[in-house]
Amino acid sequence: MPGLPSMNVNGKAVSADVEPRTLLVEFLRDDLGLTGTHVGCDTGQCGACTVLVNGMAVKACTVLAAQVAGANITTIEGLAAPDGTLHPMQAAFKECHGLQCGFCTPGMVLSAIDLVKRHPGASEETIRSELEGNFCRCTGYQNIVLAVKQGAAAMSR
Amino acid sequence: MYSFDLVRPTSVADATAALKKKDAKALAGGQSLVAAMKLRLAQPRTLVDLSQLAELKGIKKDGNAVTIGALATHAEVAESSVVKAAIPALADLASGIGDRQVRNMGTLGGSIAHNDPTACYPAGLLALGATVRTNSRTIAADDFFTGMFETALKDGEIITSVSFPIPTQAAYVKFPNPASRFALVGVFVARAKDGVRVGVTGAAPCAFRSKPLEAALGRNFTADAAKATMIGASGLNGDLHASPEYRAHLIPVLAARAVTAAGTTR
Amino acid sequence: MTATASPIGQSIRRKEDVRFLTGAGQYTNDITARHTTHAYFLRSPHAHATIRGIDTSRAKSAPSVLAIFTGEDLVGVGGLPCGWLITGTDGKPMAEPPHPVLARGKVRYVGDPVALVIAESLHQAKDAAELIDVDYDTHPAVVNGIEALRHGAPQLHDVAPNNKCYTWALGDPTAVDAAFAKAAHVTKLEIYNNRLIPNAIEPRAAMAVHSRSDDSYTLHVANQNPHLERLLVSAFVLGLPEHKVRVIAPDVGGGFGSKIYLYPEETAMMWASKQVNRPITWVAERSESFLSDAHGRDHTTHAELALDKDGKFLALRVHTNANVGAYLSTFASCVPTILYATLLAGQYTTPAIFCEVTAVFTNTAPVDAYRGAGRPEATYVVERIVHQAAVEMGIAQDEIRRRNFIRTFPYQTPVALVYDTGAYEPSLDEAMKAANVAGFAKRKAEAEKRGKLRGLGYAAYIEACGIAPSNIAGALGARAGLFEAGTVRVNPTGSVTVMTGSHSHGQGHETTFAQVVAGRLGIPVDNVDIVHGDTGRIPFGMGTYGSRSLAVGGSAIVKALDKIIAKGKKIAAHLLEASDADIEFRDGKYTVVGTDRAKAFGEVAFAAYVPHNYPLATLEPGLEETAFYDPTNFTFPAGTHIAEVEIDTETGVVSLVDFTACDDFGTIINPMIVEGQVHGGLAQGIGQALLENCVYDPESGQLLTGSYMDYAMPRADDLPKFKVSNTVTPCTHNPLGAKGCGEAGAIGAPAAVMNAVMDALASAGVKHLDMPASPHRVWQALRAARA
Repeated sequence: MPGLPSMNVNGKAVSADVEPRTLLVEFLRDDLGLTGTHVGCDTGQCGACTVLVNGMAVKACTVLAAQVAGANITTIEGLAAPDGTLHPMQAAFKECHGLQCGFCTPGMVLSAIDLVKRHPGASEETIRSELEGNFCRCTGYQNIVLAVKQGAAAMSR
Repeated sequence: MYSFDLVRPTSVADATAALKKKDAKALAGGQSLVAAMKLRLAQPRTLVDLSQLAELKGIKKDGNAVTIGALATHAEVAESSVVKAAIPALADLASGIGDRQVRNMGTLGGSIAHNDPTACYPAGLLALGATVRTNSRTIAADDFFTGMFETALKDGEIITSVSFPIPTQAAYVKFPNPASRFALVGVFVARAKDGVRVGVTGAAPCAFRSKPLEAALGRNFTADAAKATMIGASGLNGDLHASPEYRAHLIPVLAARAVTAAGTTR
Repeated sequence: MTATASPIGQSIRRKEDVRFLTGAGQYTNDITARHTTHAYFLRSPHAHATIRGIDTSRAKSAPSVLAIFTGEDLVGVGGLPCGWLITGTDGKPMAEPPHPVLARGKVRYVGDPVALVIAESLHQAKDAAELIDVDYDTHPAVVNGIEALRHGAPQLHDVAPNNKCYTWALGDPTAVDAAFAKAAHVTKLEIYNNRLIPNAIEPRAAMAVHSRSDDSYTLHVANQNPHLERLLVSAFVLGLPEHKVRVIAPDVGGGFGSKIYLYPEETAMMWASKQVNRPITWVAERSESFLSDAHGRDHTTHAELALDKDGKFLALRVHTNANVGAYLSTFASCVPTILYATLLAGQYTTPAIFCEVTAVFTNTAPVDAYRGAGRPEATYVVERIVHQAAVEMGIAQDEIRRRNFIRTFPYQTPVALVYDTGAYEPSLDEAMKAANVAGFAKRKAEAEKRGKLRGLGYAAYIEACGIAPSNIAGALGARAGLFEAGTVRVNPTGSVTVMTGSHSHGQGHETTFAQVVAGRLGIPVDNVDIVHGDTGRIPFGMGTYGSRSLAVGGSAIVKALDKIIAKGKKIAAHLLEASDADIEFRDGKYTVVGTDRAKAFGEVAFAAYVPHNYPLATLEPGLEETAFYDPTNFTFPAGTHIAEVEIDTETGVVSLVDFTACDDFGTIINPMIVEGQVHGGLAQGIGQALLENCVYDPESGQLLTGSYMDYAMPRADDLPKFKVSNTVTPCTHNPLGAKGCGEAGAIGAPAAVMNAVMDALASAGVKHLDMPASPHRVWQALRAARA
């Protein structure tokens, strides 16, 4: 029985005795107390639960914790520097007013980081299409797109 | 989600054995299966996680075909230099499946084993005349997709790879459902030395080859020839988002666009 | 920034952002109580059925189940109330059927909660729910408002014959008839305003905790107005003393109206928390949200516009059927009446208007206010009929509007409102310039060469915000006051804590309100903290909806600040040995007029709390003031939106290629936040026009669009880059001059987009199309026009 998923979350080795049916998002929120990863739907579409698994954006609501045993996970809590300095993408979201209620924001920021890694100089059109898996109901996306552009520029510096 | 046991075999033999248990089900990327289990629509007693099976991974060119391991994610196929060079239309298809997060987890094998009627891959396999390899045999794409969420796979049978003959020209055009972004209709057109094959997904309970389009494009590989082909609405899906007539109308329209795209890509 | 540069009008970056960006936000489901239990609601799978019996015995013995409650168990629990009484044209009050917290006797829509299961884990609660055996006797269902009125339709409630809630009217039918009799032209329109599902990305959630020590309750709930929630749940439903209930609405992930209301779930959980003597938590799964959040819109309207030969509007006649769903939600009754018919004058001088509304019960989820609430529906009627009239009479779209604009204020409309101020032509002119209307003909011709149809659509909208003067609302049937409260607490060191009854669930009040306070007091924005969303910390409040927060809540804060400054003057006068009358307060300093003798704001605050040298005989120590502000009128934001679309006739795909909005929100405190609010509203309005549609199966009453697989949410690539600008005519009757900006986008966009679609399709012979203009529908319309 592979009952004990152990993985590295935000740079720390963690494990927990959880049922096989435990989703990654449940493991993060309920077992590790990392409540920044949100659940916005039950059909794997809204993207609020997006985390990075070995650097790739993945929906933590559609992955069993056991499936990513041994992986490196980054959640929104793991982005800022220990002294509180925001990751350039976080800073860009603040600067560009890329968030309102904040609920989709963690998933949006992590998707944006994955996006920028693959498309460093992404056009607005590419950014919009690459954010297909992240819903925002507040911003109309305009300032999110602006933030991703600005965050991308800052990440390349 | 209902409770289940999880096993993570490291060999195909172990996986095959595990899948012989009652109500056992294979788990690849889980983007369809875990989603269904969450909604309590699937209830396996044992889940066999295939992710540790090295034999199911990798993408390589094999003479005049590209062989893709069953565990290749959509993102890997989309970005594979091998696929992009040999069958860009297939890389393009993979790049449009789901969204980025889904592409990072979802796999070729998982997708075709699930055979969702709105999935993209079945159209590609049919049009390219692909061959599905399992732990026990090979199955031609034409024989593989047998019905809605049904395939020729037997209990305990595991897809190991899919081999795609390299066409001379090909393109896939998906018309997305405005809500789910799955294929409302998707048409894959492939031209090879032995003729033209057209795979259609999203339009019917199971992906199929359009013989009228194949015949028309076989005679004259042009967008106009595709557009001039009449497709009957009988047997096509009708739902909130599209009537059978609309789907029937879209098939030649998309086929025409695919022919145009095929002409410019290769 | 220096303390002296006013923060008003500055795009200050938001104070709340860091917690949201670092995962430190505290939404309801992020908060846990020790030993909490988990709730799961068993919901009706049928649209209409009698409950013959419920057997919970097997479920109750399932592992880790604490309790299972059904409607019959909730002894002494009242029904969910409706907060607005509408009196019909027959002089009778609306039909107000009981709305049980858990179904009793009958279920009336798919998703109607039937039983509450409480277990140690959510999995266990769900497992147990599957063991509950409900014996249903199913009945035919009706989901459409027009069908529900027909003879022989399934009947939902004994107290509502023919499923009618009320027929209500506003305006002068005789004057309207007379105007139609002399009209040179009459334009007629049949339209359906599609039902929407709000879809805040944070699903509804609650945690109920009962304390045995003082028999009190704490309810954490994703809600837009915690005081109203407390009033309703305690006094109206559970019969609890209000002071024994604390409602906390912590970080809330979007509302858009859907979190205004008192819902069955939190009500049942509060009651149950005392029964099981354990905290109970619940968060809706998205599928539950689709089924059970209050939906929006769903109007079927027949409208007629009478015009003279020059295109001047003579009269407007409107008949609307409003589907209110299975039960009356908290404010359901006022949305298609008070918030709708009153806006039918739009920006125009139409001298006679008559509107009759019939509200109808159907086997669908309750319908209530959703972003805009009544005003998008009104704008949609007015702007689509104006568009069509212009087409029919051969008048340019801007010209017909110019000929009819209201130009003198205050303006009494024939539908009860008095517009205090406005300037409509400047918004239209600026929007046309930004949209490059002059270049449209060229773009259209170029599109035609590519085989595409291009169209341009206008919406010159108005809304009534700043809800509301309590006396007027009361006369119209409101069962609550609609003022707002604010407390300004100056701390001894001069920092300021403000308690507001407004609630922020994305609007950025923690920043905007801090700017208002900092601007008035001449202190840095960072020295101001805004507290909201907790009845235990805030004196009172009516919450956030109807774009009211700054206009009403902000004004309450300004009133409290005035009191602070007045008291500070007295303290300063004492310290400076001057007369109160000689003290002026400016730039954070109390100065003796005409001298350089001054005390800083912080010094005065310190003196108030360390009153060693202080006029104790005449003045209390401390520096904290509360004010209640009741507006004297609504505010009237208005503007012009212009949409440009391109249609692929082969597939029916509508591409929104450009969208321009020029809005007049009065005085703007934070332009960045206002622009963000407009963007979000536009996305929802465009979503309604092109994508979103809530559909029930007409036979079974099942919700066909019950997930994101079938309900099309706007994604980033569905939307263009909006061009947004402002004109400013300050509101004349509140101290900030602010009108409200939260709903404008959702109000103007649907009509603008659909008018653009109609414009594009006109050359193909398409005369009619309802929202959403999905590819399938557009293709069908094109095909029908060709046939």
